[in-house]
Amino acid sequence: MAIGPDVGGPDLDEIRKCVHCGICLPQCPTYRVLGEEMDSPRGRIYLMRAAAEGRVGLTETFRRHIDLCLGCRACETACPSGVRFGTLLEATRAQLRRGGPPARRRLLEAFVFSVFPKPARLGAALAAFKLYNRSGLRAVVRASGVLRRFPGLAAMEALLDDVPAAVPLPEVVPARGRVAGHVGLLTGCVQRHLYPHVNRQTAHLLSLAGFEVVIPRGQGCCGALELHAGRPEAHAARARTLAAAFPADLDFIVTNAAGCGAAMKEYGHRIPELTAFATRVRDVTEVLAGADLRLGPLDLAVTYHDACHLVHGQRVRLEPRQLLGRIPGLRLVELGDSELCCGSAGVYNLLEPDMARELLDAKLARIAESGARVVAAANPGCLLQIAWGCRERGLDVAIVHPVELLARAADAYQD
Amino acid sequence: MPLSGAFLQELEGIVGAGGLVRTFEGRLVYECDMHTFYKGAPDAVALPRRTEEVVEIVSLCRRERIPIVPRGSGTGLIGGAMAPVGGVMIGTNRMDAVLEIDLPNRCATVQPGLINLSLTRAVASRGYFFAPDPSSQMVSSIGGNVATNAGGPHCLKYGITTNHVLGLELVTGAGEVVRLGGKAADRPGYDLLGAAVGSEGTFGIVTAVTVRLLHAAEAVKTILASFTAIEDASEAVSAIIAAGIVPAALEMLDKLMIRAINEGTGAGYPKDAAAVLLIELDGPAAEVEAQGERAARICWERGALEVRVAADATERALLWKGRKEAAGAVGRLAPTYLLQDAVVPRSKLPAIMRELIAIGTRHRVQIANVFHAGDGNLHPLILYDDRSPDQLERAKAANEELLRACIEMGGTVTGEHGVGLDKAKNLPLQYGEADLNFMYRLRRAFDPDSIMNPGKLLPSHPACGEGFRPARPRVPDGAWI
Ligand SMILES: Cc1cc2nc3c(=O)[nH]c(=O)nc-3n(C[C@H](O)[C@H](O)[C@H](O)COP(=O)(O)OP(=O)(O)OC[C@H]3O[C@@H](n4cnc5c(N)ncnc54)[C@H](O)[C@@H]3O)c2cc1C
Ligand code: SF4
Ligand code: SF4
Repeated sequence: MAIGPDVGGPDLDEIRKCVHCGICLPQCPTYRVLGEEMDSPRGRIYLMRAAAEGRVGLTETFRRHIDLCLGCRACETACPSGVRFGTLLEATRAQLRRGGPPARRRLLEAFVFSVFPKPARLGAALAAFKLYNRSGLRAVVRASGVLRRFPGLAAMEALLDDVPAAVPLPEVVPARGRVAGHVGLLTGCVQRHLYPHVNRQTAHLLSLAGFEVVIPRGQGCCGALELHAGRPEAHAARARTLAAAFPADLDFIVTNAAGCGAAMKEYGHRIPELTAFATRVRDVTEVLAGADLRLGPLDLAVTYHDACHLVHGQRVRLEPRQLLGRIPGLRLVELGDSELCCGSAGVYNLLEPDMARELLDAKLARIAESGARVVAAANPGCLLQIAWGCRERGLDVAIVHPVELLARAADAYQD
Repeated sequence: MPLSGAFLQELEGIVGAGGLVRTFEGRLVYECDMHTFYKGAPDAVALPRRTEEVVEIVSLCRRERIPIVPRGSGTGLIGGAMAPVGGVMIGTNRMDAVLEIDLPNRCATVQPGLINLSLTRAVASRGYFFAPDPSSQMVSSIGGNVATNAGGPHCLKYGITTNHVLGLELVTGAGEVVRLGGKAADRPGYDLLGAAVGSEGTFGIVTAVTVRLLHAAEAVKTILASFTAIEDASEAVSAIIAAGIVPAALEMLDKLMIRAINEGTGAGYPKDAAAVLLIELDGPAAEVEAQGERAARICWERGALEVRVAADATERALLWKGRKEAAGAVGRLAPTYLLQDAVVPRSKLPAIMRELIAIGTRHRVQIANVFHAGDGNLHPLILYDDRSPDQLERAKAANEELLRACIEMGGTVTGEHGVGLDKAKNLPLQYGEADLNFMYRLRRAFDPDSIMNPGKLLPSHPACGEGFRPARPRVPDGAWI
């Protein structure tokens, strides 16, 4: 059954850059799990093309194959022809949205989008979730099937006890020593509530490296989740608000959440007036890799997981490894398939728990093989997903943001 | 030919619901390989995991006279893994296990869906590698490599796939499991293994492959030489071979191709060059050193602009990455192209390159080149935009002319990509009536009911049981086969 007429949709010229060579196939997580062409990048692009040419309607089956895509963009890194799959996917999702989400996902999406992009509400939702557990509401939630569908939420709940209370950061953190520049810091919706210490440590490290750090209040959310869900208008509104919150004379806008960084670096693709802003966005590891940062010893074996939106979305691969490698005593162990998605993928683990589970299992197996007791990953989604998996499996592994290790090493130096 | 509900149910009984693709959308994406010009969606796609399942599928299809099309990773360039008359496609990509690694006997046995590079990765730490390295090795399946008898850059020295296959397990079109060849070097009887490698799924489905593993060479040297004229580069190739140097690989790329690759990988090929040669030497360190110097001298003598030796493994990997992604990178030049695979005797390389340039000019088409120069195996990519019928016509005309020119110089219609649907029509240029008829009879010995990959490899499917009568049985004198 087709859903409505085909209006808009991805750019046919971009689609036609795909020469059907298949080089992207082995890099695609869903293809690796399912081994089916229609759940591969080449297959998905072929379906988009067929839709654009009127050979296939925007059917439920079509949507299923698009829904199952993680948006990890591993296929972009692999593609020699330079197909911008992320852009095609966003357009296809927007095209499908016009038909409304399918019944199966409607409840989930509505819930997710009422909570995530609004940092204040996320905090409230987490508090409420704890309340749910103790109140009669829990039964209601259970009955609605939401809890079963939300292993990620359960994980958040489990992790909440470990989270230090969120003390707001100052609006300006001055540089220590010689001033190397002025930067802004994105606090991010998930990061701010689940990993507030990572933001604090990011500001601390930047300050140690000689940067004055500006942390504007009211910066809001980067809008990445909405973009990936095919809501370009909502995304654009958030992007404009966010960009306006930062002073125009900053050298860089620094993020420590890969998903936010990737979306912000591409603001200019959709919103031309934000191009200048977008060119100033950097991942924290890019800024620190080039900075003078004194690091003391940490006697640890660490393995590094490449967050998709850092390695594929931003092509930042070497910097985090170089930085960790600079910590004396730290042994960096390569992680097998480190560039394969862990299944978190924004809110994907909430919306597609089965596929997310398969990918998480594979990731955990590689982590166990690595023998490292510490896993570093530069994105809150990955941290949450992998931490939840380890906890459930009883794997004795600590999951940290690279910034946490760097901050400890910097402290060790000062001692 | 839609399949009956009862048939599909039986099929599902064999592979399970998760192993059967029935939806329109799902079948559609299986309608072509990399040669997207030829389209034909299967009526169902089965994704078995075990040989026994394959046997059951083939037996069922034979009972109902339903065509079968094998498919590996679908990177073929010839219209091979597609279903021109529908039927059941058997995708092997879930059959991707390494069954045995036997280092004392220097061989490994794998399932057909295993990706070529995965095998080398599995044995690399122990100093071994699987030599056939088609440029698609990061994605193409070993079963597909066997079925097309794939070549690759390093096949110049090490030989093509057939030289590395020791044994096969094949489920024939009759549904029998036969084992051809084996680990032992010499076997009594007919060399059916040799016939089966390169049979493009027309004999049956390859369900296991025993391959030779080689020990990695002591030293490797990769040289990049750039030239201001493609003829000079061609002369250098002929001269290197004539000097008795056997490089592990000797590849040529022209200006257009260099541009596309540099935009993609950033392989850093010199962008002003009209052509570059990628020359790789391997073997004992002293020999590699000496040969490297001789090869470099030859390049300088033929007017090279620059001769550069890769400084380390990282630079070497980057140079090769660019080369291996070439076919994918053409997407940056044009949305569609015709790709040829003709072979000329190596000494004719400078002549054919001159002819190629003339043909391009005559038909006003852009031709990008990236090929196994050491083998004389050309891969001209004739670029066109499929939205323009005029461009397509001109590209086709150039393609035909070029193919004829190659054969007139004593070449063949295909070097390594295989025949498929695309080149079946060209086979009569190469073989006489008796040759083709004999091939039909051989095919029928494996596939008595003509259900295996119909329409591929041989010019027309002899469903009528008649032999084949080519329109023009013409083989040029001294054809180089
Ligand atoms: C970027 C790129 C570079 C390439 N470079 C080279 C190169 O350097 N050299 C070269 O030779 N080729 C090259 N090719 C072509 C292609 O990769 C090879 O032909 C490869 O061997 C095909 O493998 P596949 O798994 O993709 O097979 P498919 O395309 O899926 O199938 C190819 C043929 O084999 C049959 N087949 C597949 N599996 C089986 C099986 N298990 N049993 C029986 N029949 C089977 C199919 O029916 C079909 O006829 C290149 C392709 C690309 C896209
Ligand atoms: S690698 Fe690029 S060109 Fe090749 S199939 Fe994938 S998306 Fe298409
Ligand atoms: S974005 Fe990720 S999941 Fe989606 S097609 Fe590309 S590689 Fe596969």
